[in-house]
Amino acid sequence: MSAYLKLDHIAKSFTRGSTTTEVLRDINLVIDKGEFVSIIGHSGCGKSTLLNLISGLTRVTTGAVLLENHEVNAPGPERAVVFQNHSLLPWLTVYDNVKLAVDKVFSGKKSRAERAEWIAHNLDLVQMGHARDKRPGEISGGMKQRVGIARALAMEPKILLLDEPFGALDALTRAHLQDSVMEIHARLANTMIMITHDVDEAVLLSDRIVMMTNGPSATIGEVLGVGLPRPRKRLELVSNPRYVAAREAVLRFLYERHRYVEAA
Amino acid sequence: MALPLLTSARPATPASTGAKARVLALPKRSGPSLAARLGASARNVALNVAPPLVVVAIILLIWQMAFQRQGAALPPPSTIWKEAKDLILDPFFVNGSQDIGLGWRVLTSLQRVAVGFGIAAVVGVLLGALVGQSVWAMRGLDPIFQVLRTVPPLAWLPISLAAFRDSNPSAIFVIFITSVWPVVINTAVGIRNIPQDYHNVAEVLRLNPIEFFFKIMVPAAAPYIFTGLRVGIGLSWLAIVAAEMLTGGVGIGFFIWDAWNSSRLPDIIVALLYIGLVGFALDRLVAAAGVLVTRGARA
Repeated sequence: MSAYLKLDHIAKSFTRGSTTTEVLRDINLVIDKGEFVSIIGHSGCGKSTLLNLISGLTRVTTGAVLLENHEVNAPGPERAVVFQNHSLLPWLTVYDNVKLAVDKVFSGKKSRAERAEWIAHNLDLVQMGHARDKRPGEISGGMKQRVGIARALAMEPKILLLDEPFGALDALTRAHLQDSVMEIHARLANTMIMITHDVDEAVLLSDRIVMMTNGPSATIGEVLGVGLPRPRKRLELVSNPRYVAAREAVLRFLYERHRYVEAA
Repeated sequence: MALPLLTSARPATPASTGAKARVLALPKRSGPSLAARLGASARNVALNVAPPLVVVAIILLIWQMAFQRQGAALPPPSTIWKEAKDLILDPFFVNGSQDIGLGWRVLTSLQRVAVGFGIAAVVGVLLGALVGQSVWAMRGLDPIFQVLRTVPPLAWLPISLAAFRDSNPSAIFVIFITSVWPVVINTAVGIRNIPQDYHNVAEVLRLNPIEFFFKIMVPAAAPYIFTGLRVGIGLSWLAIVAAEMLTGGVGIGFFIWDAWNSSRLPDIIVALLYIGLVGFALDRLVAAAGVLVTRGARA
């Protein structure tokens, strides 16, 4: 069951004109099936770049991304992405946005009726069944992100990639969505990788937290196993010594050993 | 368990409030607001229609006074009414092969515009998609487009007559070549402005180029495309009248030329009015289609 996803000596540099900037170097990480991994780091440390490398939207410079021992170097629905700014198509209804993905991924595999049921099922999973005929412009930011998650889940991905999915939301909405994601993870046992800059979010949701050093030439500084039993309850965790310790470890890494330097 | 409970209770609340709102909304609408809405829309119509009517009346009055005397260069409105009454009142009479109502002539011209502009719309969107997507196509084609689009419609006519050896396809070609440029240029700009997010969605879903064109590119660029189409339809209406004056046939443009040759000035003035009104209607039609199609695209 080990090495479901393997990042093998990955490096990424961008070249503009004659200058080459190394963004990431020597990234090694093995993720098991069903694991929830967060990647945390200061702005500009290349965590979004790392997620784009896994999704295939950006190509690695050296090294390889291996999913079930096969190299992946192009985007595909088996690595679905929940984008930071939801990226729903504004001219389609909520239902049609999910339908676009389902029709593409399951054409020939499911009948029309099965697909319709599958779309409805995924909208219900994120509690958006009531808004299926609304357009993205008519629903709130949190609801849009829920639909974005439904669209990604509906692709039945091997790995769900979440790129700061709750970054643009207010604290209360964010808490609701975090609970929804935990619930979905418990129910479907997906492998999930989430980019975040929120320490509490990382500790609450993750099995392991990957902490990135500052860029340029960022790499993995430390990997912390959270080791809290699931299901986790937000309120009970606040006083849990293990939670407090994990939180402190991440904070110490981010603000003591790898402080964000303005100039960098 | 407090928060998961809250979230699982969520779908029930919006659904029930939604149902309530629907029940309440119906009696409200059919009740007292009907008379008020009728009154409001009547006032709205009056506000929009009355001022132009007053201005038209004043213009007609001044015109009548200025050209009433014997030997005036242009006919006054009263003469136009007297001599071209049949053209004004009945657009669809048929008294012979060349003695037909202006409505028929406008329809003939519109038919040519429909064909020429239809081809321009399809070719324009496809060419625009090519130029908008490929940097090399843009570098190669854009300078050529920028030069060609400044060529006046009628300058194309002799060469298209030489190529097609027939007046009708030549007129259609002139319409096409006149109205295609704004469609190409606006489509290209619209496609260049498609956000990277939509490209990412398409890549993750592995949409093929044809799916990407119809499902992402066209809807995302639709507001721009319709701006181009609106400019294009205006230009093609300008071009058809001029082209028909030279090619002959049944259209409204030829009617003006024919009336000029037989010194029927009142007929020309009535025809001008028809052309203006039809051009206005075409513009509004494309604008309305654009509003309808791009409903959600700006959200």
